[in-house]
Amino acid sequence: MSKRLSEEEYQKTFSGKFRRWLSGEKDPFLGEVEMRRQEVRRESEAEERQREQDEKLLKERVYDLEHNFEVRTFQKVYRVFSVLFCIFLVVLLLVAVSDLPHFGHAENPVNNEVAERYIEKGLQETGAVNIVTGMILDYRAFDTLGESHVLFIATCTVLILLRRDRKKGGDTGEAEKEDVSDRLYEPKNDVILQTVAKILVPPVFLFGIYIILAGHLGPGGGFSGGAVIGAGLILYLNAFGFARTEKFFTARTYRRMSFGALACYSLAKSYSFYTGANGIESVIPLGTPGAILSSGLILLLNICVGVVVAGTMYTFYVMFRKGDY
Amino acid sequence: MDFVQNFPFISIILTLFSGPLCSVLNGKQARRVNTAVIVADGILSFLVLGYVTAAGQPFVYRMGHFSAPWGNEIRVGILEAFMAGFFCVIMLLCMLGGIREREVQIEEGKQNLYYVMVNLLLCSLLALIYTNDLFTAYVFVEINTISACGLIMIRQTGRTFEAATRYMIMSLLGSGLLLLGICYLYAVTGHLLMSNIREQVRVISATGQYHISLMVALGLMSVGLAIKSALYPFHAWLPDAYGYSTLSSSAILSSLVSKGYIFLLIKIFYRVIGFDVVWESKVVNVLFVFGIAGMIMGSLSAMKESNLRRMIAYSSVAQIGYIYMGLGLATEAGSVASIYHVLSHAATKSLLFVAASGLADASGGSDRFRDITGAGLRNKLAGIAFMAGSLSMVGMPMFSGFISKLFFAQAAVGHAHKMFPTFIALAISTILNAVYFMKTVIRIYTPMQKKEGVEGEAETGRAEGRSIPIWEQPVKSAALICFIVLNLMLGLNSDPLIRLIQSGIEMFD
Repeated sequence: MSKRLSEEEYQKTFSGKFRRWLSGEKDPFLGEVEMRRQEVRRESEAEERQREQDEKLLKERVYDLEHNFEVRTFQKVYRVFSVLFCIFLVVLLLVAVSDLPHFGHAENPVNNEVAERYIEKGLQETGAVNIVTGMILDYRAFDTLGESHVLFIATCTVLILLRRDRKKGGDTGEAEKEDVSDRLYEPKNDVILQTVAKILVPPVFLFGIYIILAGHLGPGGGFSGGAVIGAGLILYLNAFGFARTEKFFTARTYRRMSFGALACYSLAKSYSFYTGANGIESVIPLGTPGAILSSGLILLLNICVGVVVAGTMYTFYVMFRKGDY
Repeated sequence: MDFVQNFPFISIILTLFSGPLCSVLNGKQARRVNTAVIVADGILSFLVLGYVTAAGQPFVYRMGHFSAPWGNEIRVGILEAFMAGFFCVIMLLCMLGGIREREVQIEEGKQNLYYVMVNLLLCSLLALIYTNDLFTAYVFVEINTISACGLIMIRQTGRTFEAATRYMIMSLLGSGLLLLGICYLYAVTGHLLMSNIREQVRVISATGQYHISLMVALGLMSVGLAIKSALYPFHAWLPDAYGYSTLSSSAILSSLVSKGYIFLLIKIFYRVIGFDVVWESKVVNVLFVFGIAGMIMGSLSAMKESNLRRMIAYSSVAQIGYIYMGLGLATEAGSVASIYHVLSHAATKSLLFVAASGLADASGGSDRFRDITGAGLRNKLAGIAFMAGSLSMVGMPMFSGFISKLFFAQAAVGHAHKMFPTFIALAISTILNAVYFMKTVIRIYTPMQKKEGVEGEAETGRAEGRSIPIWEQPVKSAALICFIVLNLMLGLNSDPLIRLIQSGIEMFD
């Protein structure tokens, strides 16, 4: 109780609310947060009967297990054979591993002129302080070019599998139903999540951008930084819902973004492959090692890879949750 | 350095670039881009072939500013350039043959994604052919696997989803084994570049050090690639994948995807491990046995099928068996015959798939055997094309199938242990091929009998047939004619081809 404020005004202040919560009069989340338990899916009796009947039909008619000699023999042979085969494989691989050179030994075949040059001349030749980045984005950039397209094509395959065309659905009833079923799993307007996201998302983005930009200076790079940014996007989506994210990120954005990034990567690397193979001096300076703007194309390539990875992560999540954005 | 030497690199980058490009275009534009890219790649590859043939020696192209064991490089010989050009031709014809099916069977909004898959698939095939680095090969094997999955399931039915799942599981198993093999090889040689591994393997096999690891690596890589190219006991994914996906997909999968892996295996045998080591290792004997089993079991399964496309798919199992049998002979003649059969099967199998779809068009879209009765009379060109393909598969002179069987038999002559098994398997397999292909040819040229019944009573469950003139689908007809001509060319001009393959194999060293 306050002496200066009236009863009504006191209720609105923080200490008033706190006091009411303490005494159990008011739950601050009641009415604010959508709290609904996920419905447990129960089979109705008819469905259960139908399923049992289907299984029985499958066993008797389709496979005819009692009279199907092939299936029965296969099942028996399979059990024995799979165990034997696994044992054989385990033994084989163990024998092979024990035959391999001892790990970390200086005389091993892997410690040859290739690794030596990467370590001794990596900084000088690529300008990247982080020699792993120098290796994957400069010495062996062709492999990484392929690898970033692996991510892209994996997303395309998921799009083929899970994306639903809005035009094809037609009626709006479908969309509403989808919205309801989406809310079953992910409640909307969760105050706790939104508050945490407000605090957490900007640092997550900043950290991701830092990892990408500093990929040639320390541990990090496009793949890891992109994954962090993708996680930030997913957190933002969970807190604020599709209506907010679709303002700046849709399937169209993703396609253009990844096309831009991959095209940029391909063109930049084509230039360096072409000049390298034809013995033309590249005009791109390596800069001073340690500075942000150094190590030639590596920074640009890291950004491209980061963009692709972030978009891929986010698209995977959205496709599996809703199938459309 | 001559400017032509840039062409392999340009063709790889061009396809790689056009993949993401297609994702921002609409279906029609993407199709044009795709066609243009395939044509351009084909032209570039044949120019490279001309250059390499004139130069008489392979060349190495450095990808970047750092030379071989540190950076990436690609290596181009006669066989590589020819394979690249040939794959582009087949790819183009497959894509042309299936235009209408794609428009009907693929959702409007996803058409462009199909071309993304095809472009990246072509890119990965080119990279697999040209690469001189095992790890680059693995990266592009990944792209190849995922895009093939996408090609199967883009026609969205329950069957294709199941097929794609099976394909993915088996194919990833294969990739995993391949990667494991590469890891073992790297641990004992310390290199990923093919030429350097070869040198190290020579040293290792001379001293006898790390023998077990080397053999295990060879075994893992062979088995991995055998699974991915559907060698007999690992073929369970194949019939559904080829039988139910959209036409261009099944044609491309059967004629190109599996062949890309086989070519990689041949390169591993010759350029990475060295054929003498492979020959001593007895791994080839395992491939030989499975190849022979595949030749017979695949044909037996094909005989039991009641669906035309699934029958053709099972026949692929038998033909892959032929290729592995040739490799298993472990002689140069055997390898030459195998590579020739790769070409011959690629040309014939895609022809059969396109022709089968033409026959199905004339039978109300159904490819069950009872519906296609008389389809060769209703769609004349498809009938002729199917007959040509069947004759080639059975091994009639003038067609490519005959030449490859002849070379397999010649390669086996005088082989100490493998001569008689090869002859017997060839004979049995030829008879089985003749049984199921000629059965089909006779069926499509048997006029459908009109059932005597009450007027107006519909025949239940039988699809309605209609006759299709050649000009109704001009593009598909053109593709079919090109396929037939290609088959005849392969069959009639086998001598220069064989010389080309031989000099290509010599260039591997």
